Amino acid sequence: MTAIDPTAHLTAEQIEELGRELDAIRDEVIAGRGEKDAAYIRKVISAQRKLELVSRGVLLFSIFPPAWLIGTAGLSVAKIMDNMEIGHNILHGQWDWMRDPKIHSTTWEWDHVSPADQWKHSHNELHHTYTNVIGKDNDLGYGIMRVDEDQKWHPFHLGQPLWNFINACFFEYGIAAYDLELGKNLHKRRRKNPEFRARAKAVGRKIRKQVLKDYVIHPLLSGPSFLPTLAATFTANLVRNIWSHSVIMCGHFPEGVQVFERRSIKGETRGQWYLRQMMGSANISGSKAMHFMTGNLSHQIEHHLFPDLPSNRYAEVAVKVRALFEKYELEYVTGPLPKQVFSAWRKVFRLSLPNKKPKVKTPSREQELVAA
Amino acid sequence: MTSAALRSRAWKLLEMVTTPLLPSDYLDLVSPLRAGADLRGRIEAVHPETPDAATIVIRPGRGWRGHTAGQYVRIGVDVDGVRLWRAYSLTSPTNRRDGRVTITVKAIPDGKVSNHLVRRAKPGTLIQLDQATGDFVLPQAKPAKVLYLTAGSGITPVMGMLRDTEFDDVVMVHCAPQPHDVIFRNELHDLAADKKLRLTEVHTATDGMLDIARLDELVPDWADRETWACGPAGLLDAAEKHWSEHGVPERLHTERFRSSIVAAGDGGEVTFSATGKRVDADGATPLLDVGEEAGVLMPSGCRMGICFGCVTPLKAGAVRDLRTGEITEAEPGVLIQTCVSAAAGPCDIER
Repeated sequence: MTAIDPTAHLTAEQIEELGRELDAIRDEVIAGRGEKDAAYIRKVISAQRKLELVSRGVLLFSIFPPAWLIGTAGLSVAKIMDNMEIGHNILHGQWDWMRDPKIHSTTWEWDHVSPADQWKHSHNELHHTYTNVIGKDNDLGYGIMRVDEDQKWHPFHLGQPLWNFINACFFEYGIAAYDLELGKNLHKRRRKNPEFRARAKAVGRKIRKQVLKDYVIHPLLSGPSFLPTLAATFTANLVRNIWSHSVIMCGHFPEGVQVFERRSIKGETRGQWYLRQMMGSANISGSKAMHFMTGNLSHQIEHHLFPDLPSNRYAEVAVKVRALFEKYELEYVTGPLPKQVFSAWRKVFRLSLPNKKPKVKTPSREQELVAA
Repeated sequence: MTSAALRSRAWKLLEMVTTPLLPSDYLDLVSPLRAGADLRGRIEAVHPETPDAATIVIRPGRGWRGHTAGQYVRIGVDVDGVRLWRAYSLTSPTNRRDGRVTITVKAIPDGKVSNHLVRRAKPGTLIQLDQATGDFVLPQAKPAKVLYLTAGSGITPVMGMLRDTEFDDVVMVHCAPQPHDVIFRNELHDLAADKKLRLTEVHTATDGMLDIARLDELVPDWADRETWACGPAGLLDAAEKHWSEHGVPERLHTERFRSSIVAAGDGGEVTFSATGKRVDADGATPLLDVGEEAGVLMPSGCRMGICFGCVTPLKAGAVRDLRTGEITEAEPGVLIQTCVSAAAGPCDIER
């Protein structure tokens, strides 16, 4: 779709061979899954619960500023863990192989206003199948932004830096609305669709429960610390939302990530599907702690290749995947979080304006990559 | 307000505090064996019995309702990170003072759970438990004369009986390949020395398989005895035939660890409609295994067709009962036991 196709040098046979090599990496991890992995996710879940309990406990005394700070920081981290390393990955079915009904994609529910089953549909099914295909993958700009030159510009897009900022602050609500396909369904006729109404009701129920818990019950339990606790939970939700929004922006928006046309995926082979995931995703480099706090979505490329492999294995998979990128002379888009966030935001700003008219020479995608 | 209503209100409030988790998710962190928790147990010791058998001492959670001698319990053990469920006979007496129960496990070749329990299980490990169940139990009224006919690990439920209830006149015929394969051998010989039991060991590696007709010679009054038999299907089939032919089938009580499975054909594409998974299944693999392999969270029970813990609606297609060969076709309200049913053509299971 871009002016210069960065995969043009690959033959059809090479692409299929690449697919087989990726399948071999996947098979190896699956064969090696075992006790250690199970112990890992159990440990993370238990740590998350303890951290949340302690933080909420400390917030009962949040009238004292040090308690407020500690409790808010702890709760923010607990919420991030719940959504990222635990929720996102369990809902992908990464831990279904354990056959533990308490840690299973069909039974898990998360601290998020979008009910797990609705999120699984829009995320696992639509986004992961049609990654970066314009018109099919609504994650490309969440239907409110223009993130590629080839998307049509509309005066509405002038405000997209603002929309994106608001979306970041209330990200979980944005996701819930997105999972509901609210924009499309608010048309008069669709609003009455019983299936939509049932789903909207489920979201309403989930929001009521979450809001009641965070903004009524826990502040009430805190007694004289009512207002500080309210502020603390609000802050923790804000921190979690901005953090996960940033991490997720880094997955597909930074410069260098490719988008695809609808017709390009017709009759796509397994090798081509893999290649699209490779070219359509970007990583975040950093420490172990960084990978953990992003729910290993810092290994977005590996996650998109193998969305159901346990997240704790992405780091070792990444070494092999990166070697394949080199072997096939493809660009592995990665960088530290600030750089990737900046790159994604720059794109949001740039594309809020219509495409520049070509003057003499169009700066090609390749040149941009070299410059970056 | 009654105290029950008050408690349920308090629980509702707690659920609001912990949503979307449940209060029990937090309580499980500190007290997994508490009353009201999902039933679990903790392995406290593993005692070797023979080179390939061991007794596992389990402290059951507070919700454990006890058992009757001869019953079995289903346990869920994480082997290589995967939760696997198996049924084992309880070998501890029902009145054990410390409230612990024991199972005795024989490692069978390629047996994932049995080998794990015998060779790798460690004290301190949590396991999942079900309540004890099974009808292979002693009657209320004491029979005058008793015969226990066992082979291999078939001795385990009978050991539970022997340790639990004393009878005046007990004979036991037990088959094992060699003397050192006899589980509980020392204890059996002690009972025999105390005249609490008359014991005949049949060593099949040297004597060959037990010919059921030999009972006339080993236990001349077998037909007068209330008999409990447990062992491989071949032995039990022969015993059932023998007791029937002599007109005393009601004196024989048997326990089969594995249902005898008929060779089934067909197979087809199985759709698990609740999760949207589709897989090809052959005509001999239980749908429970097919689902589990495909990553569908299947409810399961005894895995031998008796507890109905795995029943699931059959929405379309047909399945074959692996024990009888009987075909069941989908109709509204039809439930099938996934552990003993295989695909007989394409079918749709609501999971």
